[in-house]
Amino acid sequence: MSRLKPQEEYEKTMAFHFFRWLSGSKDPYVGEVEMKPQKEAEITESTILERMNESQMIRDKIYDVENNKKLILFHKIYVACAILFSIILAGLLLYTVSCLPRIGNAGNPANNEVPERYIEKGLEETGAVNIVTGMILDYRAFDTFGESNVLFIATITVLILLHEKKKKAVKLDDEDDRIYEPKNDVILQASAAILVPVIIIFGIYIILNGHLSPGGGFSGGAVIGAGLILYLNAFGFKKTERMFTEKTYKVVCCVALTFYCLAKSYSFFTGANHLESHIPLGKAGHILSSGLILPLNICVGLVVACTMYTFYVMFRKGDF
Amino acid sequence: MDFVQNFPFFSIILSMFSGIISSVLPKRAAKWVNTVMIILVGIFSFILLFYMIGRGNSYTYMMGHFPAPWGNEIRVGVLEAGMALFFCIIMILSLFGGRKKLDEELEESKHSLYYILADLMLSSLLALVYTNDLFTAYVFVEINTIAACGLIMIRRNGRTIEAAVRYMIMSLLGSGMLLMGICMLYDLTGHLLMSNIHEQVSALAVSGEYHVPLLVTIALMSVGLAIKSALFPFHAWLPDAYGYSTVSSAAILSSLVSKGYIFLLIKIIYRVIGIDVFDGSRIIDMLFAFGLMGMIFGSLSAIKENDVRRMIAYSSVAQIGYIYMGIGMGTQAGMEASVFHILTHAATKSLLFIAAIGLTDVSGGSRKFIDLTGAAYRNRWAGVAFAVGSLSMVGVPLFSGFISKLLFAQAAVQNHVKMLPALIVLGISTVLNAIYFMKTVIRIYTPVEGTGSGEGVTFKNMKIYVVTLVCFIILNVFLGVSSQPVVNLIGQGLAMFS
Repeated sequence: MSRLKPQEEYEKTMAFHFFRWLSGSKDPYVGEVEMKPQKEAEITESTILERMNESQMIRDKIYDVENNKKLILFHKIYVACAILFSIILAGLLLYTVSCLPRIGNAGNPANNEVPERYIEKGLEETGAVNIVTGMILDYRAFDTFGESNVLFIATITVLILLHEKKKKAVKLDDEDDRIYEPKNDVILQASAAILVPVIIIFGIYIILNGHLSPGGGFSGGAVIGAGLILYLNAFGFKKTERMFTEKTYKVVCCVALTFYCLAKSYSFFTGANHLESHIPLGKAGHILSSGLILPLNICVGLVVACTMYTFYVMFRKGDF
Repeated sequence: MDFVQNFPFFSIILSMFSGIISSVLPKRAAKWVNTVMIILVGIFSFILLFYMIGRGNSYTYMMGHFPAPWGNEIRVGVLEAGMALFFCIIMILSLFGGRKKLDEELEESKHSLYYILADLMLSSLLALVYTNDLFTAYVFVEINTIAACGLIMIRRNGRTIEAAVRYMIMSLLGSGMLLMGICMLYDLTGHLLMSNIHEQVSALAVSGEYHVPLLVTIALMSVGLAIKSALFPFHAWLPDAYGYSTVSSAAILSSLVSKGYIFLLIKIIYRVIGIDVFDGSRIIDMLFAFGLMGMIFGSLSAIKENDVRRMIAYSSVAQIGYIYMGIGMGTQAGMEASVFHILTHAATKSLLFIAAIGLTDVSGGSRKFIDLTGAAYRNRWAGVAFAVGSLSMVGVPLFSGFISKLLFAQAAVQNHVKMLPALIVLGISTVLNAIYFMKTVIRIYTPVEGTGSGEGVTFKNMKIYVVTLVCFIILNVFLGVSSQPVVNLIGQGLAMFS
């Protein structure tokens, strides 16, 4: 290859350097730039913290509503869609309700042989003057057993979520109670001393007369539970702990539900196998009548009262 | 009446009773009560299944002294007995497989509470399977929902509590819709007993009266149960709930809880609404479309996931999509395929969850894919089990997943309108399944040097775990190899429904 320029001059041109770099005979960085092997990145607590802060900062920037125009738009569309969807759904459901049979019409499908037998033969077959109690605790006792188990498992779940170990919880929470809620409030204590016995006796009355007058285990149990909660608020945990602890709850619930389970199993088994059940129905209107309904009402009442009280204690303090 | 006919009643009461007495029992006793109860219920269901096969038609059982529309009633057929048996098997294997994790992750005072939840969960599943009364079904749906929340959050950390709250909100929405549907159905027909409602609904469908409320009722019940069983657009609660709860809970939730609701939906379709009326409504096409979308989007989410437990959870979304696709075809064959896939998915998904926990344990507790490299060499049993589960989910012959895909394809061919979309999506979904499952299998079988030797992973240390995995694999291969008798039983059971 012939050259126009002499060798010395050629060595100064760009082309010479370029071809040398291309052929690999010279690396422009070697000798010109200081090179060091990379240091291993040190992972200390501060670097981790820094990185977390950075990612938090980025997240803040992205979700910063003032600076992110797209986010504002998205939020607006989202809210508009949600409102529109809800309105359409509500309208659809209202329209559906308007198509349902009119309330109070004698020819409605719901007025068929089922409520007829409940009303006409309920007293004779269950012995309960209060037909509703007869329905839920005798005709459809299996559903009610499931319902009491719903309460039981709800309490178990609350215990799982909120129950704390005694050691660390007690002292601190006890102090908190004193800070945020009045204790030894004279007015509260005086009125509670009058009201609580009345409330609890009224609750017991509702449960025991469940088969004779409106009421029953669920409502009476709720009344008793309310009485217990009032007592707790007036006199504090020290007094209630003497009679009601976690163990009390578990034993009472276990005994009540076990009795319910065994009694109704007997009834289901004899009923399904067409055997005679030897439980007397008694004379309608007497307190000791209508077979199993009275004891079952007491069981349900106990479960409901304990459940309400336990919920309150768990949400307030996390321990009995 | 034969004594065997009492067995469903015994099963339900026994499981509830053991839950009740477990509240005053110490940890070990509660565990034993739970184990013995599940085995007993399993034996009852097994005997009942053979009795029902011999008997050939279904029977109803009166709960109390009053006959059906006034009192409560349960109803037993081949499919019900078979499902009860299957639920017991999966439940006990899930509990055994996660027992060691359970002991590590739970607080000391909460072990017996866990077994209460498990007992009542089984009782509610049994009641959902056997019930012949819509309101009874709703009561036990409530028990099921609360128990599932407890199972998620019993391992108390931030993620599980968030997951439980999410699950609770979505699930209560579903329950509310179901309850609204039941109320409206009662208003239209005046009954809560399934067979009586069925008569009335058929009459209404013929006369054309109350057309709109009936349609809305069907929609409310289908969507409510679809939310509770995590059909595609309603699946937001699923990955966290399955991904962070303790492993037994994840297995029970994925393979039993959602399946109980799907079984209830199938029961409602056949026994309450009637397959013809349901087929005539547009709701069935909606379920079909959601099922197809779930098959693709669930798999895509699983591919993107970098956490092995969450990946398996997202795979559930895809599999639930398969089941709803089968239901949405509206044919007998499609329904058979769906029921078979319920069995397949329950057997495989719990196997995958329990195998995955073995793999993450030998990788320093990390669930990231990068740390799982070579995990199958560190814990060989879990590796083999995970590979078997993956192959089954992808649909390789010899395992149960292949049979259910075959059944779905056969069912699709019989339906002229839905054949093309069903087959195409089935193909795409299978490829997507293969991508994420085989990726994981290849990763756990890639040898690496040095990191995290499998110390302490000997057969002696984890006998129960290994035996559980072997049982799961046997169950899977059993479903895959001798599928024809199972399919025949399902067909017989579905025929007994109507």
